[in-house]
Amino acid sequence: MALQGTRRQLGDVTIVDFSGKITLGEGSAMLRNTVRELINSGNKKILLSLYDVDYIDSSGIGELVSAYTTVKNASGELKLLHLTKRVHDILQITRLFTVFDVQSEEGAAIRSFKS
Amino acid sequence: MAAKTQRIEVMLETLLESVDLAESISMRVAEAAGFPEEEVHKIGMAVREGVINAYNYGNQQDRQKKIMMTVELQPDNMIVRVLDQGKGFELTEIPDPLAEENLLRTSGRGLFLMRAFMDDFRVERGPEGGAHLIMVKKLPQPVSDNGKHKPE
Repeated sequence: MALQGTRRQLGDVTIVDFSGKITLGEGSAMLRNTVRELINSGNKKILLSLYDVDYIDSSGIGELVSAYTTVKNASGELKLLHLTKRVHDILQITRLFTVFDVQSEEGAAIRSFKS
Repeated sequence: MAAKTQRIEVMLETLLESVDLAESISMRVAEAAGFPEEEVHKIGMAVREGVINAYNYGNQQDRQKKIMMTVELQPDNMIVRVLDQGKGFELTEIPDPLAEENLLRTSGRGLFLMRAFMDDFRVERGPEGGAHLIMVKKLPQPVSDNGKHKPE
């Protein structure tokens, strides 16, 4: 299934609920464009909810890393929420758990952003 | 006596769609070979990464070039080979994606994933100099001559 993203705003935190695959091609491009649009429109607290993302390949991982550095370079924060087991396992074996702030509960995730 | 080896050869175009096609073919073979669902997923993903490598880095998205994929079921192993028409590379030239200084790189994890998801992974030079990726996964149970799993 192609990647789809729905945006929600809770205070100054933008949550994007993704569903589908983050893979080479449309999925990776969609993630890249979404994060760029958010940064360009001044959103600097971004929470990517991956509850319905059960597949990510090396291109998608690269895009997540790119999103992280894009937001960080704009003095923002990007966090991940609700990882599926497969995405969790991939981030673990690639040691990216040490890079990303991964959250499992939305309320706590929102509170964890710097005020 | 060993069961007969079965082999599928596919000539893939250097197109994005070939990545999904190769993954799908390898997963169907893995399913038919009796791998459990999670292993089928890992095999599919390793093959996906192999063909992404051929598409992006080997053939550099040149549509004139082809990608040859071979899926072989031997009595004890499933072997997938992916051959491109690029310049080839040595595994030792590839930066370790787990090294602290490489964690924020946006590429370079495909080979690592192939190695992680398969039992054996190596890279050789193809006959025309391209990269020849060889991925091996041990079958869940050896298959006997009549196509049935041998008892443990």
